[in-house]
Amino acid sequence: MKGHVWRPLYAVICLVVLVLAARYFMVPKDFGIYERGYMYGFHRKSAEDYWKTFKVKYQFNTDYCRDCHAEKYSIMQTPHAIIHCENCHGPVLDHPTDPEKLSVDKKRELCLRCHLPLSYPTSGRANIRGVDPITHNPGIECSACHNPHMPSLEAMK
Amino acid sequence: MISRRSFLKNAIKGVAGLSIPLSIIGIAGPRKLFALNNVTAGVRWAFLINTYKCVGCGLCVKACKTENEIPYDANVTRTWIERYVHLKDGRVFADTPKGGRDGFTTSKIDLGEGRYQDIDEKDIDKAFFVPKLCNQCENPPCVQVCPVGATFQASDGVVLIDRSWCIGCGYCIMACPYGVRFFHPVLQVAEKCNFCYHRINKGLKPACVDACPFGARMIGNIKDPEDPVTKVIMAERVNVLKSEYGTKPQAYYIGMDEEVR
Ligand code: HEC
Ligand code: HEC
Ligand code: HEC
Ligand code: HEC
Repeated sequence: MKGHVWRPLYAVICLVVLVLAARYFMVPKDFGIYERGYMYGFHRKSAEDYWKTFKVKYQFNTDYCRDCHAEKYSIMQTPHAIIHCENCHGPVLDHPTDPEKLSVDKKRELCLRCHLPLSYPTSGRANIRGVDPITHNPGIECSACHNPHMPSLEAMK
Repeated sequence: MISRRSFLKNAIKGVAGLSIPLSIIGIAGPRKLFALNNVTAGVRWAFLINTYKCVGCGLCVKACKTENEIPYDANVTRTWIERYVHLKDGRVFADTPKGGRDGFTTSKIDLGEGRYQDIDEKDIDKAFFVPKLCNQCENPPCVQVCPVGATFQASDGVVLIDRSWCIGCGYCIMACPYGVRFFHPVLQVAEKCNFCYHRINKGLKPACVDACPFGARMIGNIKDPEDPVTKVIMAERVNVLKSEYGTKPQAYYIGMDEEVR
């Protein structure tokens, strides 16, 4: 064969080698086909570890706050016992080291999430006693009258 | 030479023998087959949602956004709550203001663009809330379309996204029939619910499950027949979303209605 055939062929071969070499260095070593087969399991194994080591913010551990805020555990004898502290005060993270204080949300909207009356058949919402925010002491924080950790109307008297 | 007698005998034995494996397949119900297909012991996460229990407080959405670092005020979320209101005159309204992040604090239906529909309580036939999240499909279409292998299914069935490998092309967002995927507003990569993979791998429950005061959301290992969630899925009437797509979604719903899509 003549040079004019070989020369472009060399160029092509070089290109292929180059691409393969680049691919070898650029594709991560842990890329592979794992448990779920070629169709669903083609990935970098280390991507799983990324998600496994993602930071946990909420503990949702019922006893976590007991040592320091024991007086708030009055909530356990009330219908509010089902609501975890962190739902109203935000994620505990490393409290009390970081952050030193959790947030205290006194907005009426927090309570109205459950206490705005919606009498929907086949929804648990219909079973929660609601108050009309327009007529029920508007403009005043709910917690000015109701203790969220001891909401019983008896205790108010 | 074989006699007619021995030929018939052997033929009967042979046919009987052949029919045993066939009859085993015939007798075994879907449940048994399911168990057989999953003998490789281990974990397969599944979700169970009881729409009767959901009150639409939105504490799950709030917890999810905080736990998974989804910008709180961006209008995207990994899990959300839809409200369905059926009226006696046949009209059906559905809304999900801010994904239900702040709950449903008005009886008006959010029609979008600042318009609201007044609802008279007396006109309501049925009304309920439906929490939505990623179904972690057994046949995830979002994974198949990824051109770079940046989304995949882990051995426990959870579909994950490789954030550093995703090129942000958005094919997976279009491919998901349930609309659970979106662009992360800060990282500009595909984002979706992964059952709080960091929590379930540490023995915790997903943030939304723990946050729900009413037990409307549950997670379980469907390969464990003793798991309370598995027991409900096997023994009670549950439904999945858009089963006609063949995606085999693994979020099961109690109290599903045909309008829920
Ligand atoms: C190791 C002790 C400790 C634990 C455990 C703890 N806290 Fe605290 N917390 C503190 C201290 C100390 C403060 C600061 C009190 C202050 O400065 O008035 C505080 C402050 C707070 C505040 C703000 C109070 C205010 O007046 O603004 C809230 C809300 C709170 N904690 C909630 C919680 C919740 C909810 C938990 C459980 C998930 C929890 N804490 C667990 C010690 C603790
Ligand atoms: C329904 C929502 C809700 C729940 C659940 C809840 N809190 Fe509170 N918490 C509030 C509100 C609202 C305030 C502000 C009260 C006020 O204005 O006096 C508050 C105040 C506090 C404070 C501030 C200190 C003080 O005395 O004012 C602490 C500490 C606290 N809560 C701890 C807890 C702990 C611990 C739990 C779980 C056992 C808990 N809370 C559960 C809503 C809640
Ligand atoms: C000025 C004080 C005050 C404020 C502010 C207030 N309430 Fe009340 N609330 C009361 C009193 C007093 C009662 C008991 C008498 C009654 O039923 O009106 C009551 C009753 C209730 C009840 C029981 C209703 C029933 O049918 O038994 C609920 C629930 C309630 N309030 C929730 C709230 C919520 C949520 C807010 C904030 C949006 C709020 N309240 C703000 C004083 C207050
Ligand atoms: C996650 C939902 C939820 C939130 C948020 C919530 N509550 Fe409740 N609350 C309930 C439930 C459930 C009951 C019991 C249902 C009933 O008896 O009607 C209840 C009962 C009450 C009662 C009546 C208690 C009694 O024994 O008579 C009061 C008052 C009350 N809540 C006030 C508040 C206030 C104030 C807030 C805001 C700080 C608040 N709730 C936030 C779910 C909630």
